[in-house]
Amino acid sequence: MDFSSIVVQFLNGLAGASSLFLVAAGLSLIFGVTRVVNFAHGSFYMLGLFLAYSLAGRFGGTPTGFWISLLVSALVVGVVGALVEIVILRRTYRSPELFQLLATFAVVLVIKDVALAIWGADSLLGRRAPGLSGSFQFFGKVIPAYDLVLIAAGPVVLGLLWLIVRRTRFGRLVRAATQDREMVGALGVNEAWLFTGVFFLGSFLAGLGGAIVLPREPANLSLDIAVIADAFVVVVVGGMGSLPGAYLAALLIAEVKALCIAIGDVSMFGYTVSFSRLTLVVEFVVMAVVLVVRPYGLLGRPSATPRAQVAIMAASRPPRGRWILLVIAVLAVAPLLIDRYSIVLLNDVLVFALFAASLHFFMGTGGMISFGHAAYFGIGAYAAALLLKRAGLQMEVALTLAPVAGGIAALFFGWFCVRLSGVYLAMLTLAFAQIAWSIAYQWDALTGGSNGMVGVWPAAWLADKAAFYWLTLGVTVVGVLWLWRMASSPFGYGLRAGRDSPLRAEALGIDVRRQQWFTFGVVGAVAAAAGALYAFSKGSISPDVMGIQRSVDALVMVLLGGVHSLVGPLVGAAVLTWLQDEIIRDTEYWRGLLGLAILALVLLLPQGLAGARDLWRRKPA
Amino acid sequence: MRSKFLLGAALMASALFTAPTMAQAPIKIGEMNSYKNFTSFLDPYKKGWELAVEEANAAGGVLGRKIEIISRDDNGTPGDAVRVAEELVSREGVSFLIGTFPSNVGLAVADFAKQRKTLFIAAEPLTDKIVWDQGNRYTFRLRPSTYMQTAMLIPDAVKTGKKRWAIVFPNYEYGQSAAAAFKKLIKQQIPDAEFVVEQATPLGKIEAGLVVQAIADAKPDAIFSALFDADLAKFVRESSQRGLFKNLPVFTLLGGEPEYLDPLKDETPTGWYVTGYPWQYIETADHKAFIDAYRKRYNDYPRMGSVVGYATVKTAVAALKKAGSTDTEKLVAALKGLEVSTPFGPVKYREIDNQSTLGAYVGRLGIRDGKGVMTDWHYADGAKFLPSDEEVRKLRPAD
Repeated sequence: MDFSSIVVQFLNGLAGASSLFLVAAGLSLIFGVTRVVNFAHGSFYMLGLFLAYSLAGRFGGTPTGFWISLLVSALVVGVVGALVEIVILRRTYRSPELFQLLATFAVVLVIKDVALAIWGADSLLGRRAPGLSGSFQFFGKVIPAYDLVLIAAGPVVLGLLWLIVRRTRFGRLVRAATQDREMVGALGVNEAWLFTGVFFLGSFLAGLGGAIVLPREPANLSLDIAVIADAFVVVVVGGMGSLPGAYLAALLIAEVKALCIAIGDVSMFGYTVSFSRLTLVVEFVVMAVVLVVRPYGLLGRPSATPRAQVAIMAASRPPRGRWILLVIAVLAVAPLLIDRYSIVLLNDVLVFALFAASLHFFMGTGGMISFGHAAYFGIGAYAAALLLKRAGLQMEVALTLAPVAGGIAALFFGWFCVRLSGVYLAMLTLAFAQIAWSIAYQWDALTGGSNGMVGVWPAAWLADKAAFYWLTLGVTVVGVLWLWRMASSPFGYGLRAGRDSPLRAEALGIDVRRQQWFTFGVVGAVAAAAGALYAFSKGSISPDVMGIQRSVDALVMVLLGGVHSLVGPLVGAAVLTWLQDEIIRDTEYWRGLLGLAILALVLLLPQGLAGARDLWRRKPA
Repeated sequence: MRSKFLLGAALMASALFTAPTMAQAPIKIGEMNSYKNFTSFLDPYKKGWELAVEEANAAGGVLGRKIEIISRDDNGTPGDAVRVAEELVSREGVSFLIGTFPSNVGLAVADFAKQRKTLFIAAEPLTDKIVWDQGNRYTFRLRPSTYMQTAMLIPDAVKTGKKRWAIVFPNYEYGQSAAAAFKKLIKQQIPDAEFVVEQATPLGKIEAGLVVQAIADAKPDAIFSALFDADLAKFVRESSQRGLFKNLPVFTLLGGEPEYLDPLKDETPTGWYVTGYPWQYIETADHKAFIDAYRKRYNDYPRMGSVVGYATVKTAVAALKKAGSTDTEKLVAALKGLEVSTPFGPVKYREIDNQSTLGAYVGRLGIRDGKGVMTDWHYADGAKFLPSDEEVRKLRPAD
């Protein structure tokens, strides 16, 4: 590799950074002002690209037509974003923190199926930019002309945004709201329209980020999820709320990727290290390193202590003993009354209930957010499978040791994570989860790589579905009751003190960080137990047990059930699993339908399902 | 009243014309696939199997009973797939299972089939393991595996005489085994071949500009790729925009399948060697009949997925006929050595490893009327691209 190659790869990296920056900038603005963790941001990007494909395909024959098509696509996406804010999100701002995440998750599902209905399933390779379809020579290498446009787009948009944020009244309000939302409201600013405006701008940027890569990126239905994770990484690495930081982060990640690809395979000491394979997780590795070194990202600042902590306050009291006994009794006799498949389905519900309960403890009592909770679930599943298949241990032993493995792994991850707070902490858990996932994905000899492992069946006496179900029920009951009990133990009280008022808790002599660190161990072990049960109930596992989708599922269950209530995650797990199982059978567009069902629940029960009871009791004034 | 009378008359008439078992319920077959994860392939696939079911039922069904397929989305994950399989078997009472796309899902369902002693005909998963390392007696596979399709490209690759190879593949089982098989097979024929660069790209997220440049910098004499779908489209555009690989022989697995070729339109890289499905040009009687029926039914041309879906149900029907029963053991025995007529001609399910001898078309890419097509193609019979029986026996655990 000579010098000119390095320069050319650097330029390629620059071109890749721009689109990512646009998307991330929009996400950062939206989060900064509205505190909405907008899962649908990747869908806006995808929508921008699909629209640009159609519009430019029709009107993009001339340079003017082409560029106007891109701009119009982005504007349309901006309007869609604003509508989502007005119609859906505006009704959920009084809900518990993160509840909007659930709504935007539903929007992701709906947009995906709408796009499927309009554009179909094939990858659509868009038109090249008229007048810029060629390339030019540079140090004896070739660079596509359009890459120059992309290279310029990032800094230009950064400059424009800087002007808007620094020099206009709208920008002043955005800055003010990012710093102190309540105060902006108290000073008489119409928050509703400010939020809508920010959503329009943010979605416009996402749409533009999608539209602008039309000549490089085939429009297809998997882009939404692919982009959203990257965008979050960029925002967090750059430092929340910092636009120059976002650009810097996009650049850093793009260039590290470029470097990995340029280096390729390197042989060292008889081992071959494949840097190109590293591109699978490189952005998450970068994020983990940056966050460990700089807890607020590259250019972020510690956020001012929020005035009114809209904490995720979980009710401390579990339901009455006789209700618990009744539910357990019903669940215990269920297998005698229902068919074999229902037992299997109920088994899944219990496993996910245990998994969701562990996340709920982490969020509700621990006051931390986890975007990577699947890591412990997956480590439990893999530990069980590896102990059974590779170490040749008995199934019972493997099942017992799996939570230990999950707990240790969680303590290890947690040691780094508790030094952070808020979304930074959440994103670091995601980074670790992705790194764990990529190890399972790559380590063929041990984990079976992307195929995973098969033949992970339970011992003979548990081979019967009902027998295994009773085991699952037993573990779930013990696990959930243990978590409930811990919530009202001295440890739980200390944890809640740290959650609600870290400064006072510290003053009282509580080591908040250590409490949080232990919490990682506890929930890691419980989630791993759920993962091990999952592995044995399915007979096979593959890396998706610790993929992003599973972490998202856990979040959806907790939020859907309602974070305020201890039974929330159990209800959420049951409802989501049942809904999926029901809807998946009925229609080709089951994803969109599932999204609509969740949206309906979000709008009707903004406190979550378990909040429905409170709504009933507390008659509207 | 009238309609009831007509219905009764129709039933009586059909009872007269067919075997006395006519009154029996239809034979249920459970079908599962990742429809939402791999839509571009599985949409035509579904049309394919629906057509085959309609044809079978129009011909009076099998064993005097109609065929009914109960289809489910497996959500693309092994965990959900195993649950869906359980539902199909225990609640719907299907006689056996067919379908699946990704390797990990296929393997999970295969293992479920082994555990549950249920027949499973894997339609699409390409992984070699499903019939070899992790094969079992209840699992049969229709499509030519990664190994077979890679082997089909080897004769042309050897003919180029090139020694410095670049390899690019999506970083998961399919891509990894394709790369491994290619390296092994090329080394056998050209012992001094070297592999100057290997790029493993994240599935669906290739940084094409960077990868193309890195490959060019390694100055290979030829390229082997296992990219497909959006990754392939990006790779093609970035390389043509930079004018790279113009004079290099490029071999790309699956590149000629309409699902992945059609999006390239007039940018189709001419001269690339591919495996695929030149549906426009195949004139055999088997294929003629298939494509005419397909066009009549859907007013659209078939894709590779259509053939897979169609042939899978053809297999199921043939197995039922030969077994004369829906009993699993009898079906397994029937599938061993079963001969099935598919749009690509007759194929056989091998006794040794339950793999069918379905082949693929090998040819080069060209452009006609602004669309990508395959030229200079020929049919590569799957039976000719499998390792020796001795090797297979070593790979596959005894049943």
